[in-house]
Amino acid sequence: MPQFSHQHLLGIRGLDRNDVEAIFETAEQFKEVINRPIRKVPSLRDITVANLFFENSTRTRLSFELAEKRLSADVVNFSSASSSVKKGETLADTVRNILAMKVDMVVMRHPHPGAAHYLAEKIDVPIINAGDGTHEHPTQALLDCFTLRERLGTLEGKKVCIFGDIRHSRVALSNVRCLQLLGAEVMVCGPVPLIPRHFGSLGVKVEHHMDAALEWCDVANVLRIQLERQGSEVPFFPSLEEYHAQFGLTSERLERLSSAPLILHPGPMNRGVEIASELADRGDSIILEQVENGVAVRMAVLYLLAGRLGGSED
Amino acid sequence: MRKGDPVGLPFSYGLFLRRYMGPAKLLINPLQFRLTVDRLSHQLVEEHGDFSESALIGIQPRGVHLASRLRDRIAEITGGTSPLCGELDSTFFRDDFRRRDQPLQAARTHLDFTVEGLKVVLIDDVLFTGRTIRAALDALLVHGRPASVELAVLIDRRFSRQLPIEAKYVGRSVDSLDSQRLKVVWADLDGGQDRVELMNS
Repeated sequence: MPQFSHQHLLGIRGLDRNDVEAIFETAEQFKEVINRPIRKVPSLRDITVANLFFENSTRTRLSFELAEKRLSADVVNFSSASSSVKKGETLADTVRNILAMKVDMVVMRHPHPGAAHYLAEKIDVPIINAGDGTHEHPTQALLDCFTLRERLGTLEGKKVCIFGDIRHSRVALSNVRCLQLLGAEVMVCGPVPLIPRHFGSLGVKVEHHMDAALEWCDVANVLRIQLERQGSEVPFFPSLEEYHAQFGLTSERLERLSSAPLILHPGPMNRGVEIASELADRGDSIILEQVENGVAVRMAVLYLLAGRLGGSED
Repeated sequence: MRKGDPVGLPFSYGLFLRRYMGPAKLLINPLQFRLTVDRLSHQLVEEHGDFSESALIGIQPRGVHLASRLRDRIAEITGGTSPLCGELDSTFFRDDFRRRDQPLQAARTHLDFTVEGLKVVLIDDVLFTGRTIRAALDALLVHGRPASVELAVLIDRRFSRQLPIEAKYVGRSVDSLDSQRLKVVWADLDGGQDRVELMNS
């Protein structure tokens, strides 16, 4: 039976197939739990989880908070907008202060790549990376793959293409690693300036033509154009209209294909930019399934990490 | 010294057992196994009649096999439709979370009915400390308020209880050392014939 063998979840890098299978098996059970009339289990009773969001987030934060509450954990929330970070406190100091109040686990999103890894060296409670800058976003990748596996049965040999703003996306890197771990073939597709050159070294195909990529893939994971991270002086592409014309997913494009791929989107969607509004509303996309599975997968991660806390006591 | 060894003996009792009694002892042979399941089925029918108001619920992971055996046998005895039968996993309700190196892996809960107003028979293979049953009771109440809950087990390891929980239907009561292990072997799952083994580990 697969076991999860790490103290933290900092990224997909470092995980092996066994870890991912353990998370998925547990998530399946939690998915059943959250569809019951009583959606709560007492597993994390008496465990306090701090959600530290140094960067804005709606769905990830809500999803984590719901997951924690469905496991009966106590939850404290923190967002940098209203905190001493503005007064110049360092990350390690902020977190040490929060831990001094007897917090057992930390879920953190931070604008700087590697922030979670840095923190993991400083403190010894389990840390879940909920996104560190443009680096990794492991729970998103896990829930994407979980959703795909539910739909497709297996990812072995499946062709998945990630479209859009690869340069600024933490979802892209985590997804590439997780998909490869599960045996899928991965391609990235987007305008040349939005695909970092080093992506070739990850063993993925790189494509700059939307139609060719769509024809190739079984699954299209459409990422958001990160408007807040685009270069302010020299933009990475001329305009949103032009991006939509070249790389926007529209029903006209899909109709030209011999078989339509499954469409994923990690949200929040920019309608009319990377995805056409009518596609976002179509019943056959699995975007809302992703959101539901997000809670189940996060419950699984919290459960597996928290379960190791008392390991050394006996 | 191993936990469960009698205190003060100059040698390891576990080692003594292994040396002089062999590694495994057949506690219930295939014939006895079948008779025991038969007897439990008859007792359940005696109490629950045609099972129109009752349900069998097997506790994951190993209680579900006994539950499906009892269901099939009861259907034969009553000659009617087979009783409601579900699978219940109690992992998320256990009290030993964070007391192990690894959290236990959960198994599937499969109940396609609510237990509201039903006479529920919880079924497990071995009753030992009683903690699994305690967790199962909590897990069960999520699915409604049963009219009553009873417990049926194949093996009752007496004198090992840590909670005030007793089974109403017992296949065989066994006095064993804490250091010994009991294994219920199912033919269709583990191969060989249905049997129960006592191991001196």
